[in-house]
Amino acid sequence: MAKVLFSIALAASLGVAATAAHAQTATSATLDAVKAKGYVQCGVTGGVPGFSAPDANNNWTGLEVDFCRSLAAAIFNNPDSVRYTPLTSQERFTALSAGEIDVLSRTTTWTMSRDTQLGISFVGTMFYDGQGFMVRKADNIASALDLSGAAICIESGTTTELNAADYFAANKLEFNTVVFVDQDEVVKAYEDGRCDVYTTDSSALAAERSKFANPADHIILPEIISKEPLGPVVRQGDSGWFNIARWTYFALLEAEELGVTQANVDEMLGSDNPAIKRLLGVEGDFGTPLGLTKDWAYQIIKHIGNYGEAYDRHVGPSTPIGLARGLNALWKDGGIQYSPPIR
Amino acid sequence: MTDFAFVRSEMTAAQPAPNRSSGLVAWLRKNLFASFSDTILTLLGVLFLIWAIPPLYGFLIGRAVPPGGTVEMCRVENVGACWAYIASEIEFFIYGFYPMAEYWRPNVVFALLVLLGAPLLIPKVPFKVINAVVFFVVFPVVAVVLLSGGSFGLREVPTEQWGGLLVTLIISVVGISLSLPLGILLALGRQSKLPIIKSLCIAFIELVRAVPLITVLFMASIMLPLFMPQGMTVDKLVRALVGVTLFSSAYMAEVVRGGMQAIGRGQYEAAQALGLGYWKRTGLIILPQALKHVIPGIVGNFIALLKDTSLVYIVGMKDLLEAVKTKNDAIEWASPTQSVTGYIFAAFIFWVMCFSISRYARYWENRLNTGHKR
Repeated sequence: MAKVLFSIALAASLGVAATAAHAQTATSATLDAVKAKGYVQCGVTGGVPGFSAPDANNNWTGLEVDFCRSLAAAIFNNPDSVRYTPLTSQERFTALSAGEIDVLSRTTTWTMSRDTQLGISFVGTMFYDGQGFMVRKADNIASALDLSGAAICIESGTTTELNAADYFAANKLEFNTVVFVDQDEVVKAYEDGRCDVYTTDSSALAAERSKFANPADHIILPEIISKEPLGPVVRQGDSGWFNIARWTYFALLEAEELGVTQANVDEMLGSDNPAIKRLLGVEGDFGTPLGLTKDWAYQIIKHIGNYGEAYDRHVGPSTPIGLARGLNALWKDGGIQYSPPIR
Repeated sequence: MTDFAFVRSEMTAAQPAPNRSSGLVAWLRKNLFASFSDTILTLLGVLFLIWAIPPLYGFLIGRAVPPGGTVEMCRVENVGACWAYIASEIEFFIYGFYPMAEYWRPNVVFALLVLLGAPLLIPKVPFKVINAVVFFVVFPVVAVVLLSGGSFGLREVPTEQWGGLLVTLIISVVGISLSLPLGILLALGRQSKLPIIKSLCIAFIELVRAVPLITVLFMASIMLPLFMPQGMTVDKLVRALVGVTLFSSAYMAEVVRGGMQAIGRGQYEAAQALGLGYWKRTGLIILPQALKHVIPGIVGNFIALLKDTSLVYIVGMKDLLEAVKTKNDAIEWASPTQSVTGYIFAAFIFWVMCFSISRYARYWENRLNTGHKR
């Protein structure tokens, strides 16, 4: 077994060398290995609702899980050809660089040091997260700028605390914190009324809010005071695999922009719009250069839907998490999700 | 025959002791109100119970949502424990991500564990040798084949999908059955007269005992993959099993050595005088006495091992506690007492398992009691 794996690894490194020599023929060692074993190994969280968590039937589900399923759909025409490895935040990058997983889709914030120093590449931003504030509706607070002097429940020693301090200082507000060591304690203190405001990443705020007895009594203020772009990650050094992951993400966005959904994708095969024809592989062949089939994007949309559908299914306003699109809307709808054209 | 004025031909029936020395009042006096300070302590105890029990009852039973309830019933102000959540997610707590259609496989393994393990634990049941061989040799093979599949037409289930109580039990049973023999060997090695064996055993024991288990597991999950050739991995469950077993065996070795220290030198010399060789002397004279002395220590180690299994979350395994933590965030059951209920449930299961081990050990202590007990 070890020998076989080793020779695969050897072949892989040779493959990388070959790619460099002939830029046109897209060979990806990771893709070959994935095809050989028949599934994508995907690193996920231990359970973050909306992003990757077991559903009622104990299947992995969530926005970031849908990215792994999209990859599998593009490669195998079958979104279920994925195996999931739950990872802690400490071990996630080691697991990726050691080859235990093929892609890491685990609420990982894209930062410069991670991108440049860990031998990994960020594919894109599946979800623009950021630190927000939650308050009680009854308090009639409409903006974070009204929070001067309010008691803020906060987890100590985190960037959350530093971000909030910076924001309050920059806006000349009185900063008044109630500090706890553990996230659960923070939530409990806010619930018990020991403070007026609870602050952490907005996706976590929403998830915690869904646990309250009356979620509707609490609102998340519109201000987002930090940048936490969460996205999938692949190993550095396999540009073929990186391209597959990146264009899988773009295909999800492009499909939403062009109005192609899971429901109408078959109908859209007959569309006159050249952009849709290119996306669905009716005209031109954009799959083969990636090492995939011509209808790769069709398979993704057929099985997963477009980005907007995945968002609404897992974290959108109609879910218990109930996060508005905000920055995650498409560029034409006021957000910053943007895909380069497929042509 | 001379006449006696009075001869008693039968015993009179025993009279109950006077009320002052038996009965409820006497018991109360003796145990609860013997002195002024006892009375104060008793009153404090009663006050504590009055303070603690009603809210506990209210939370666990009174205001609780029974199994079968809905999430809406759990999502109200001041609700008690949400048992409906436990009932609905119990399968995840037991099997983790194991595919639902294949639940019969872990079930068969659980059943075999009980059917083969129980007779081994009850002294009166015969065929101990055959039973032991089946349990320690055949059963593990069957269990591995059944659980992981991939042969005999069984669907393959990678260990990443194993979880919950299943993983907790696998790690504890394997850890407990391997760490005791390993620990005994290490203890014997440490007392050996052969310098290499002796120093190896000492080095191993002292090294492992000097490092926290959490560090060993971190090493296994973060450092180990870096040393391996690209793409080659060691199964996570195996990493956890090896880590937990080696760790526990080092502690076990010291406990067993403690028991051997307590055996008088005369026992060794007597055994030698009878012409017994090393293995017979150790196996027939020394170990049976030594192990008897340290049953509480051994059981303490077993219980610690069982509870330490929850540390395997570090290598990303979903043991019982981690499975509960995962579902504590489940949106379908999002409610104010969801997490608390989950933790109470996990604590209760761990308590049941540890308390059973400890009661069983008490039984053996009494059975082996030959008058040394203090």
